[in-house]
Amino acid sequence: MASWQWFHRLGSPKWFYEKTTRWTQVIGWLALAMLSVGIVWGLGFAPEELKQGNSYRIIYIHVPAAAVAMAGYYVMALSGAIGLIWRMKLSYMVMKCAAPIGAALTFAALFTGAVWGKPTWGDYWVWDARITSMLILFFLYLGVMALQEAYQNQEAADKTCAILSLVGMVNIPIIYKSVDWWFTLHQPATLKLTEKSSIAPEMAYPLILMIFAVYMFFAWLLLTKVRVEILHREVKTQWVKDIVMGAK
Amino acid sequence: MIVAFRHKGELANPLIFFLMVVVFIPLGISPEKAVLTVLAPGMIWVIALLATLLSLDGLFRSDFDDGSLEQMLLSPQPLPWLVLTKIVAHWLMTGIPLMLLTPLLGTMLYLPAEGYLPLMISLLIGTGSMSLIGSIGAALTVGLRKGGLILSLVVMPLYVPVLIFGASAVNEAVQGFAYTGQIAILGAMFVSALVLAPFAVAGALRISVNT
Amino acid sequence: MLQLNGFTCIRDGEPLFVPVDTVINAGDVVQIAGPNGAGKTTLLRSLCGLFDSCEGEILWQGKPIMRAKHEFLAQLLYLGHHPGVKKSLTARENLEWFAGVNGEACALDVESVLAKVGLDGYADIHCHQMSAGQHRRVGLARLHFDASPLWILDEPFTAIDKQGVERLEAKIQEHAAMGGTVILTTHQALSFSHYRTIDLIKYTEAFDGVTHV
Repeated sequence: MASWQWFHRLGSPKWFYEKTTRWTQVIGWLALAMLSVGIVWGLGFAPEELKQGNSYRIIYIHVPAAAVAMAGYYVMALSGAIGLIWRMKLSYMVMKCAAPIGAALTFAALFTGAVWGKPTWGDYWVWDARITSMLILFFLYLGVMALQEAYQNQEAADKTCAILSLVGMVNIPIIYKSVDWWFTLHQPATLKLTEKSSIAPEMAYPLILMIFAVYMFFAWLLLTKVRVEILHREVKTQWVKDIVMGAK
Repeated sequence: MIVAFRHKGELANPLIFFLMVVVFIPLGISPEKAVLTVLAPGMIWVIALLATLLSLDGLFRSDFDDGSLEQMLLSPQPLPWLVLTKIVAHWLMTGIPLMLLTPLLGTMLYLPAEGYLPLMISLLIGTGSMSLIGSIGAALTVGLRKGGLILSLVVMPLYVPVLIFGASAVNEAVQGFAYTGQIAILGAMFVSALVLAPFAVAGALRISVNT
Repeated sequence: MLQLNGFTCIRDGEPLFVPVDTVINAGDVVQIAGPNGAGKTTLLRSLCGLFDSCEGEILWQGKPIMRAKHEFLAQLLYLGHHPGVKKSLTARENLEWFAGVNGEACALDVESVLAKVGLDGYADIHCHQMSAGQHRRVGLARLHFDASPLWILDEPFTAIDKQGVERLEAKIQEHAAMGGTVILTTHQALSFSHYRTIDLIKYTEAFDGVTHV
């Protein structure tokens, strides 16, 4: 039986699962350490901003979340492409798991943006180019998740989502450019604060650290979710049974 | 070689929808000319977009149900080409009639006279892009029992650029500016969708049938 | 001409039936049998390339079907569970559609083709006015004008009356005698004797082997 090809295909998630056991822990602790240092540094020690006072400190969450939310879409779409081209089950799992994390980060960026917007611009919601683009990115994520949920057949769900995220990826630059253009057309005069004047280094270092920290956090979350997904999908195979039995 | 795919369809339904929503606007907002004039270009575009969305679900649905989609996949003719003929048929049945209906709606919403030509040109090209992009969504969801709502979720974000440039072409024209730039961009989007979408649709249909 | 090497279909990570090894030659009539859920329809769909979650290989004239797709599809006629007959079109329009999609030269004489399946005079009747059996016959009419040598028919006898069954069996025999190949699923035994049966055995973990036919 071992000579059957489909067993080899199943072999790869197992290999991934075993290899990442250590890595997940390392990345998890690293993410935690960087996050705590970054947050304490950013919220506690970085200097106050002249115009906005302390409220600007929300960028230490807002900017990293937004950056990684964007990157997350590319992770999702590229792993979908890999899945379509090389028929790798594992990369479909990565794609599936990246979607809700990316959506959550996008939401975090939108939410913190709204909270920040109230004291800065006087409104929770402003039709700013970046905010609008973020909102559309959020919708793109939701579309992929809805499609994934709608299919009962896992294979069909994986492949259709892969195509959808690829189509989305091709469209993202177009959407962003057009939203930018739309915004310059309608730009109200009050929004000068979005153009950040050159940021002081004391403020920038914790921000850079936070961006890396959120990337790490994303990687950790993705790995953890993929590992759970592997167990879930491979539940019929012997090695998963062994792990579950061993854990008891 | 191209056979008339569907002689009878729900040709009128998106149009009636289009018309009815337009009636809702003055009822819901205000029948004043000053208000409606401002809203008209964007509103007509948004409603045209929704009407296209509604009609998309049926694009491959009946073919999927009665087995003709399988036959298309098994045809020795290249699938993207067959798909393209279906999309063109869809556009002729929804996009073009929507466009032809706009002068009537423009009158009802007091669209300024300078707006008619850009509105019709932008809708002509824009509905083409929307049929093309939307057919990807239709192909992805054709295997689902209740694909309609998900289809809209999936496709709507992708319509953003078309909407922005389409509506702004009309707005610019109404304000007396040149609108050829927007039309050119709409045209570029249409051409790239024309080149890429049939392949995406063909791939998506193969997957949808493969269950 | 069609060769299956250790072929089985995979669903949810498990094979549906015990892998099949067989060679199907020109002039063969092959019946795929097996219990419900053993994957008969799935096998037929895989043979056409509509289902690709498979193990093993299918060779057409010595080449994998995906590799020789164009030549393969040009020689294939597939009639599925749903015959692809549109209810909103007339019988004539449906047949013209088939001819168009399959790229046949359009020397299609609709009346005589329909007469061969017992539907004379129905050419301009809308298919939604027809009974289930008549509906299927419109699909079967394709067998009478399509020149493809390989026929793959999924349950072709469903909803067809006795006379229609006889006619279809005669057509199948005639096709095989002219060097064509027919692969079909059906639960009833065929009335002629020159055919063989591939019995799909439902896959279970305990079984380890291959069905050689």
